[in-house]
Amino acid sequence: MTTMLELNDVHAYYGKIHALKGISLNVAKGEIVTLIGGNGAGKTTTLRTICALMRPTSGAAMLNGENLSNYKASQLAAKGVAMVPEGRGVFSRMTVLENLEMGAYHRNDKAGILEDIEHIYALFPRLKERRGQVSGTLSGGEQQMLAMGRAMMSRPSLLLLDEPSMGLAPVLVEAIFSTVEEINRQGTTILLVEQNALMALQIASRGYVLQTGEIVLSDSARALQRNAMVQKVYLGIE
Amino acid sequence: MTLSQRLRDIDWIDVWLWVFRVVIILGVVIGITRKLFFGAGTTYDSSDWIDFFISGLSQGGLYALIALGYTMVYGVLFMINFAHGEFFMSGAMASTYLIASTLAASGFINEQPILYLVLVTVAAVLTSMGVSLLTERIAYRPLRRAPRLVPLITAIGASFFWQYIFRGLFGSAVKAFPVPTILEGRVNVFGLDFLKVRLIVIIVSILALIGLYLFVQKTKTGKSIRAVAEDKDVAALMGIDVDRAIATTFAIGAMMAGIAAVLWGLVFKQVIFSMGFVPGIKAFTAAVLGGIGSIPGAALGGFFLGVIEAVGPPLILEGLGAPGAHQLKDVTAFLLLVLVLIFRPQGIIGERLAEKKA
Ligand SMILES: Nc1ncnc2c1ncn2[C@@H]1O[C@H](COP(=O)(O)OP(=O)(O)O)[C@@H](O)[C@H]1O
Ligand SMILES: [Mg+2]
Repeated sequence: MTTMLELNDVHAYYGKIHALKGISLNVAKGEIVTLIGGNGAGKTTTLRTICALMRPTSGAAMLNGENLSNYKASQLAAKGVAMVPEGRGVFSRMTVLENLEMGAYHRNDKAGILEDIEHIYALFPRLKERRGQVSGTLSGGEQQMLAMGRAMMSRPSLLLLDEPSMGLAPVLVEAIFSTVEEINRQGTTILLVEQNALMALQIASRGYVLQTGEIVLSDSARALQRNAMVQKVYLGIE
Repeated sequence: MTLSQRLRDIDWIDVWLWVFRVVIILGVVIGITRKLFFGAGTTYDSSDWIDFFISGLSQGGLYALIALGYTMVYGVLFMINFAHGEFFMSGAMASTYLIASTLAASGFINEQPILYLVLVTVAAVLTSMGVSLLTERIAYRPLRRAPRLVPLITAIGASFFWQYIFRGLFGSAVKAFPVPTILEGRVNVFGLDFLKVRLIVIIVSILALIGLYLFVQKTKTGKSIRAVAEDKDVAALMGIDVDRAIATTFAIGAMMAGIAAVLWGLVFKQVIFSMGFVPGIKAFTAAVLGGIGSIPGAALGGFFLGVIEAVGPPLILEGLGAPGAHQLKDVTAFLLLVLVLIFRPQGIIGERLAEKKA
């Protein structure tokens, strides 16, 4: 298996707050890997360092052997990295279609973009119905679909998802997660950040557990599901 | 509840605001009534009123063009760019001193009036854009993460800087802006009698506003500006170069200011290094009136302010017996600003300032 993403002893700070205390992890091509942890563990910060929205103070995030610190955040889409941010981050004053177009911002192949928009509409028929609607007026589930669709519009090889289940009803969470699996089957590597460990461990092949800026456990998803600490803290099983 | 308790529960600011509201409304009603039905002040016939209205519209078009710069920069940076009036001034000064007066002296102005206007406009727009891009790059970009008061004060400093630069370059005298002779006098359209330059200002400003609106709504660059206005981090993840989108925003605002500078020259026929201040403040007022951050709001606010300024004094202030009411344009404009800030801070169609995230 070829390693796609690799974090090596990454440290990151917000002012004096030491948010990441030496994170090391790797994601192989074609995998779904999950990073689980409670509120404030450092999950979002990890993704922000990967996307070059933050610079690690030491250590490095490598994509296919290249140090991502050498790039600006705006160059990563062209490198095949896409993120669905925490809280979805749709452009609420723009229409659904305009949001999807923004996802393809760095591309110039008009025909391919139109084709991909149709592909996203097939994946999420609701988005097609609402394509002319301003996206701030969509429901939470629809916004999550839009954020995922927008990320897919850049044809990413690596998709980073930050708590896609947050604030969604269980039925919708199921739908979102099966779409994540579908996206993975079509060839996109996925790093899934979640507090909802139950769902995340069901679709992932491997997982890391993050606590206050440190990886405390890493194993196959199956082993993590059976791990006593994970069961107690993240799965609510006594 | 005792009376004293009830009195204590009254919010005296609310009471004051209500009194203020009633006084304003009474003033407006009494003024208009006395003017229209009891012939207070000078007597105007209908062609005078149409004249007031048209000059208001054309002045409003100028405000609208300048207001766009304030509103677009506020949209992406949540910052009031107080140097924007100087972007307007720089275009007017450079195009007058470097291009217009030379072409007027050689007689080119009346041989090729259209080409003359095009050349002057190109010079004004390029200067305004250059000054605005320099200001953004040197004075504002390094402060992008500073507390909001810092860029605001820097903007005031930049405003003085450009005024003194242009004074140093071209001197402090009033300089005539040469107007082609074919643009002098009046023209009759649809039975309405226009000063030619007023008509040109109205048409050009409306066309420029529509063009800008289409640009922001339909083009890829326009959409990237809207994306940056909503969320810079997410916009960057889409592959948008945020610095470039912000610089483009400044450049477009300055382009509108450069067009306004030439139109201003046509109407007022003179330029001076300090000419950016009052139009800048007025256009800022227009942007707040319409709802700062909103492009249609700035356009609407500009025309609204221009018309109120032109029609308000003869209609309302003369009716109230104010002496020399036609000199009270500025009072009317700023009174309107104060009223909007008190009673409708989000502007005519804007969102609330306070609720906007920083
Ligand atoms: N913008 C910020 N400024 C200061 N501290 C922050 C900021 N964002 C996050 N933090 C802190 O960094 C730590 C990790 O946060 P985060 O990565 O958002 O956690 P998670 O996504 O796992 O909930 C927390 O202690 C949080 O309080
Ligand atoms: Mg988070």
